[in-house]
Amino acid sequence: MSENRRISFRNPADESFTTKLLLVAVSLVFLAFFLFLPLVSVFFEAFREGWVTYEEALLEPDAWAAIQLTLLVAAIAVPLNLIFGLAASWAIAKFEFKGKAFLITLIDLPFSISPVISGLVYVLLFGSGSLLGPFLKSYGIEILFAVPGIVLATVFVTFPFVARELIPLMQDQGTGDEEAALSLGASGWQTFWYVTLPNIKWGLLYGVLLCNARAMGEFGAVSVVSGRIRGLTNTMPLHVEILYNEYNMVAAFAVASLLALLALVTLALKTFLELRFGAGAAGGRH
Amino acid sequence: MTITTAATPARWRVKQPSIIPGFGLTLGFSLAYLSLIILIPIAGLLWRTAELGWSGFFSILSDERTLRALYVSFGTAFIAALVNVVFGTLLAWVLTRYRFPGRRLIDAMVDLPFALPTAVAGIAFASLYAPNGWIGSIFMPFRIAFTPIGIVIALIFIGLPFVVRTVQPIMEEIDKEVEEAAATLGANRFQTIFKVLLPGLTPAILTGFALAFARGVGEYGSVIFIAGNIPYVSEIAPLLIVIRLEEFNYAGATAIATIMLLISFAMLLVINLIQAWSRRRYGNV
Repeated sequence: MSENRRISFRNPADESFTTKLLLVAVSLVFLAFFLFLPLVSVFFEAFREGWVTYEEALLEPDAWAAIQLTLLVAAIAVPLNLIFGLAASWAIAKFEFKGKAFLITLIDLPFSISPVISGLVYVLLFGSGSLLGPFLKSYGIEILFAVPGIVLATVFVTFPFVARELIPLMQDQGTGDEEAALSLGASGWQTFWYVTLPNIKWGLLYGVLLCNARAMGEFGAVSVVSGRIRGLTNTMPLHVEILYNEYNMVAAFAVASLLALLALVTLALKTFLELRFGAGAAGGRH
Repeated sequence: MTITTAATPARWRVKQPSIIPGFGLTLGFSLAYLSLIILIPIAGLLWRTAELGWSGFFSILSDERTLRALYVSFGTAFIAALVNVVFGTLLAWVLTRYRFPGRRLIDAMVDLPFALPTAVAGIAFASLYAPNGWIGSIFMPFRIAFTPIGIVIALIFIGLPFVVRTVQPIMEEIDKEVEEAAATLGANRFQTIFKVLLPGLTPAILTGFALAFARGVGEYGSVIFIAGNIPYVSEIAPLLIVIRLEEFNYAGATAIATIMLLISFAMLLVINLIQAWSRRRYGNV
């Protein structure tokens, strides 16, 4: 009897070992089905026919053009949203003004809009039935089914990423450092460059990473505005779709594996930043 | 700051005085950029819808195919968000409370759906859950891919991190003493978790649910490969917008987009209300 009682004794504010084991096991099975197997399958399918086929699929001219276009679009969209993120978080975190909460809601807006709608708004703005489209076209400027449209749609979708990381971070840091720098005679620009920027650099890097991952991976918005012209307006995700629909599975997964690799590198850097600088430097939800 | 605010009662000022420069420049630039990229294009969408008139708007929305597509999108997103509430909360619990090998890795991997391009997830899920895929073949003759269940599977993937990442920080802040007090007062572990801990987590869980649901409703890339896209059965609303656009039926695309947009705004409002409510009640989130 007493023997029994001793065995069954455990911390009453904790679960039994069996329960813990069971809950961890259930979580792992769930993750296997919804996270790990899909990720593994991308690389498995990509290398199904060996390294040579994989390499060929990536070096094929249309795939290569898609990779270049994706890099180009990200190289334009990310810096634009980076500048916006810095400006918006400076205005929001360093000053008190009316309508601030509403402004933050507006910045978050693209997160709650379907990517397809993000593309659609530009089709309506620059399409053949609009005012702007035919006007620009008469000057030889193509927005839709061309690179500018793809950039615009990508900028729309990745709009909040940098601002969202920086606003809470800069609000936490307050205005004390900047006021000290200014009272010691620093100019506004010096204050930003030597005081604010070093304070926020890791959060900024984190926001840029997430922004870049989304910019390179965006599918819905870009697919609506691109027109999917092979070798011209096809980004990597769009090229994946075309190859998949042509039942060219190995090539589709080969291009997809590059994007998956990008996601893994992004996650690794993100985890590193969090471990190194604490969740505070990289804490926002997205 | 304190000096200036003390000197001037600034209740009705647009901006509180500050010695920090750059307000006009940064706010001006932010507003201009926001207007150009986001607000004007969305206003254009709403303008186009207004041109349809009420009767035009409603005749598109009452079309059987549109209604079914909206039903499929909202229904599957709702079910997926419910599944994510259960497993996302469980996962958050396991990650905050238990120590086991690989925990760090799993914690990092929860964010994979944020980082993995949706088209990549889409083709991976489609090939895995297809009748001849690794997982799909286990469940045969029950079909997962190319049915609404396939849509739910993809949306569970997409929504999972929203629930985990909203609930996890709140769980980490739970004071262990609360549970010990409950245990001292005679509650068993089950009662402690469901009657003491869960009520405090409810706002976070609701927020996570709303975020996952909102994301699921608009999701496109990860869904279209696995959905089968059969009109009236497994055709989602964003896909119908794309189809209408490809038919040059701009009115049709616009009307569906507007109704989805209005519902998203309503949900954004709900999320903000939940957070305001929980701040009042629990002082955080």
